[in-house]
Amino acid sequence: MGKVLPLGGNYAVAYAVKACKPEVITAYPISPQTTIVERLSEFVANGELDAEFLHVESEHSALSVAIGAAAAGARSYSATCSQGLALMNELLYIMAYVRLPMALTIVARALSAPINIWNDHSDFMSVNDSGWIMMMSSSNQEAYDEILLAYRIAEDPRVLLPVITAMDGYIQSHVVEPVEIVDDEEALSFAPKRRSWVTLNPDKPVTMGPVGDPNWYFEFKRQLWEAMKGSRAVFDEAVAEFAKKFGRSYSAIETYRLDDAEVAIVGMGSFMGTIKAYVDRARKDGIKVGALRVKLFRPFPAEDVAKALSNVKLVGVMDRALVPGSPTGGFLHSDVACSIKQAGLDVRTLGYIAGLGGRLLTMDNVRQMVDVLLKYKDSKEVPKEPIFIGVRE
Amino acid sequence: MSKPITVWDLPKEEFLASGHRMCQGCAAAITFRHVLKAAGKDTIVSMPTSCGEITSTVYPHSAWRIPWIHVAFENAAAVASGISAAIEALKRRGEIPKEKDINVIAMGGDGGTFDIGFQALSGTLERGDNVLYICYDNEAYMNTGIQRSGATPLGAWTTTTPVGKVWRGEWRPKKRKDLIAIAVAHNVPYAATATPAFPTDLYAKVKKALSIKGPKLMHVLSSCVPGWRIEPEKGIEVLKLAVLTGMWVNYEYENGTYRVTTPVPKRKPVKEYLRLQGRFRHLTDEDIKKIQELVDAEVEKINKLVGKQVIGPVEG
Repeated sequence: MGKVLPLGGNYAVAYAVKACKPEVITAYPISPQTTIVERLSEFVANGELDAEFLHVESEHSALSVAIGAAAAGARSYSATCSQGLALMNELLYIMAYVRLPMALTIVARALSAPINIWNDHSDFMSVNDSGWIMMMSSSNQEAYDEILLAYRIAEDPRVLLPVITAMDGYIQSHVVEPVEIVDDEEALSFAPKRRSWVTLNPDKPVTMGPVGDPNWYFEFKRQLWEAMKGSRAVFDEAVAEFAKKFGRSYSAIETYRLDDAEVAIVGMGSFMGTIKAYVDRARKDGIKVGALRVKLFRPFPAEDVAKALSNVKLVGVMDRALVPGSPTGGFLHSDVACSIKQAGLDVRTLGYIAGLGGRLLTMDNVRQMVDVLLKYKDSKEVPKEPIFIGVRE
Repeated sequence: MSKPITVWDLPKEEFLASGHRMCQGCAAAITFRHVLKAAGKDTIVSMPTSCGEITSTVYPHSAWRIPWIHVAFENAAAVASGISAAIEALKRRGEIPKEKDINVIAMGGDGGTFDIGFQALSGTLERGDNVLYICYDNEAYMNTGIQRSGATPLGAWTTTTPVGKVWRGEWRPKKRKDLIAIAVAHNVPYAATATPAFPTDLYAKVKKALSIKGPKLMHVLSSCVPGWRIEPEKGIEVLKLAVLTGMWVNYEYENGTYRVTTPVPKRKPVKEYLRLQGRFRHLTDEDIKKIQELVDAEVEKINKLVGKQVIGPVEG
């Protein structure tokens, strides 16, 4: 086993990437992602990591370079957030359709405008239909571990899809926690370079990214659905193997004191730490509240979510990205509500919008969220519009 | 200098298959064909969205007998940089034999080069990536139906610079931006112009470019039958006239030195080039005079770069 280092989330990710030994790294600086690529630059500069490092002129070119590198057979890496991810947007869809693996870290940050470098999930959520496998951590150790999981899953010949690993900007990226670093050999034996995909090889020429006319486009998309669906079993295998090898276990969702809960809060990312702390406090007062954190967002673990919430009366789903005009106001709430409906359960949901643009979540905010659940837990009607937490009205 | 080659010396092997959907008389198809003859089997091509792309790779067909990739419109250079970096890294790891030379070529149209792909191109050139970038320039967005691009010349009709009571075709009063000068300003070791009307010149330049490590750029004038409003059999003739009138000069830049590869001791009047094409049919003698002046100035500029009068005055 490796050693424990005090690391911010970004440095943790940089160490994990180094251990996975990508051949091509490419990125464009954007806060709060920068320290990932700074540290990776140092690794390459010191000869600790043998990789081609391309200093591109935009995030658009960063992902273009990564696509070209992956197409030529290399393990590639990039990191971005917010406007950088928005600039990559069209290429995300293309990379998934061409079925090229890579790991891309999103250090989640609000989308402009107003321009804001602080944390929410609006960048992450904006690409939820791009065909990438998407996961979000809630600790720096988990952010580290997700890189290893990402390469193992992405390059599995049953999957061949790119993977986004996300963490909260600043709250994780720049806050130091103890992180266990595994040996490079151990990392590579968990996430071996399988060279499992079709590449641009002059000895076996292929055409990549051809025109898909109405006679074929649909079939490509259909295959993408199957690949994404199939990736769930590979994810489960990977986390099981990870637990065996490294002793840390993960699953698509994390449940907290849900067994006898009457009400529950569902959310993603680092805020779940605050919510779990409040759950402990409320439990002392006899309030039957639990929490559920979604780690794997694509493919969405609908059955797991529904099963975990099946005995709860009312669920409050916290979105950290606003979808103006949608029925729920947030992608997470929509997916959770749909999962419950598909399972045929009589469990109601309401939604919160919280923590946009770096607005922090206080214990008092969580108390408000739980109070709303207690108020409506036995009533027939629950608020349809999202409840905005911690905003000036 | 080595003995000049003739068309009989060009390799017989074809890497662009027949049966693609490019127009009859399309100079881009002839450009691709000769570029690949020069580059050979061990070549990977990155192509942006363009007429050449959509007409050559309609799934499940492909005209490319070498590995080929299309990703998006504005990033052919960046994709090529990624391919080149991967090859470099995989060679260091011994996964690709060190002695195997694999050419990485990005090949895009004028829209994908002058306009939307300009930023990525600049990145590839300034970083010094080992990529040959070739712009096949048909002087407008032909793929979408002949819209004006940053490479459309003065006076040319396009569907977005139509000829009406107020507009008389493209009105930019100066010569379009100089792609070779832009490449040279990035300190590339090699840059060249060419046209498939002089296929051995094109062939030799691709060969030379690929023999040099680092970023290289070639600007290839490529006629478009529907876009230039010409008959299919005039595709090559019009490109020859472009060179013979000085409208286009075949030259190369190598490590600080410029050399004209198709000297034209006596130029034909530019009118002969313009009058062959429907896109210029509305031009008055006054308009043509203005274009002639632009061409004269450009010729003078190139003669100065080479240090002698390689392109002569207009005859008669």
